[in-house]
Amino acid sequence: MIAIVKYNAGNIKSVANALSRLGYYSVITDNPYEIEIAEKVIFPGVGEASSAMNYLRERGLDKILKSLRQPVLGICLGMQLMCRHSEEGDTKCLGIFNSNVQLFPAVDKIPHMGWNNFLSLKGDLYKGISKDDDVYYVHSYYPEICSCTTATCDYILPFSASMQYNNFYATQYHPEKSAGIGEKILKNFLES
Amino acid sequence: MLKRRIIPCLDIKDGRTVKGINFINLRDAGDPVNLAKEYVKQGADELVFLDITATIENRKALAGLVERIAAEINIPFTVGGGINTIEDVSILIGAGADKITINSSAVRRPELITEIAGQFGSQCVVVAIDTMLIDDNWTVVVDGGRTPTEQLTIEWARMVEQLGAGEILLTSMNNDGTKSGFSIGLTSDVSNAVNIPVIASGGAGSMVHFRDVFFNTCCSAALAASIFHYGEVDIRDLKKYLTEEKIAVRQLI
Repeated sequence: MIAIVKYNAGNIKSVANALSRLGYYSVITDNPYEIEIAEKVIFPGVGEASSAMNYLRERGLDKILKSLRQPVLGICLGMQLMCRHSEEGDTKCLGIFNSNVQLFPAVDKIPHMGWNNFLSLKGDLYKGISKDDDVYYVHSYYPEICSCTTATCDYILPFSASMQYNNFYATQYHPEKSAGIGEKILKNFLES
Repeated sequence: MLKRRIIPCLDIKDGRTVKGINFINLRDAGDPVNLAKEYVKQGADELVFLDITATIENRKALAGLVERIAAEINIPFTVGGGINTIEDVSILIGAGADKITINSSAVRRPELITEIAGQFGSQCVVVAIDTMLIDDNWTVVVDGGRTPTEQLTIEWARMVEQLGAGEILLTSMNNDGTKSGFSIGLTSDVSNAVNIPVIASGGAGSMVHFRDVFFNTCCSAALAASIFHYGEVDIRDLKKYLTEEKIAVRQLI
């Protein structure tokens, strides 16, 4: 079973829809037990960092998420919450990745919205994917590049398009909205 | 590099796609989901669904349609038409829409933009601005272009950005339906005036028009309806042409 972590953020249903198009069954849950026993966990989200962290803390999900041993995939805000700190709402996050999340400087359009490619791909997620493939991004804050970075993207400045640390994977882009390329990346995660 | 987006717009009435269609390979092009899938196959980067239905009963059916679209479509999509309250938004986002678009209701009650952005995030609020050249000034019009307002377009665009809009869908009513090309001056002025993405709309009649608006303005996307509906332009050909013209667009694998 795949657990999709339910919290006060949008976009959760899109992930469930994408999984079901790939033939995988998932449950959307904030029940710690269900999350702990799931084979895979997806931590999605579009939303605001500080209110999302509060929601997770109130339910004890912050500690559960950090302690998971199965493959976990954070998406967009999910990835940002797996970093150390976010400038959005001056929020202390889960600290799985040794990166901080900053607001883009206003020298180009914000949010970074639309299809962009990635560079320096490494790791399991990118089997069969090339740097010229485009994925869908929508975000105003970016995770800095760190030792966990597995792909970078360049918009205003270079940032982490994805990260991995042990069993924890994360993408700043939305694989569930990135057409065939996104489906390949999700599949690579599900088969990891 | 961030790519310029091509966005087909589908008008929906009573759950069906409006306007004649001639897609040979499509069993039922009047079904929005079938048509949407065809556009995804052609390489559309996003889709916009505009509900032009008036009655409340049909509005409820819209949520059902949005659920079907969300289940089948693997690219982002926006839903609009007749959204007046945060409850309307909540139903459509809950059904799986990635973004919603508001137009006249935002002009009448600008706080609606802030309310939606506060609850669902700026990224999901697309403010549609319909504008017409009145006494040499681009002026905001509402009710599908029937009612002019006092508001200047540039000022309104800056205001919606301040209020929390994540994107602007800018339609020149002077160009809409003419197939004579997008309004370059308007699109350029508005996309330079704000720091959020602007989608150019109104007037697309050929592939050259897309090249012109992307080459001459910093708009992030271009939207069109009839040239795609009637099969006059295939998005695959459009993207091939734009790539030859050195406009960065997403390639299909």
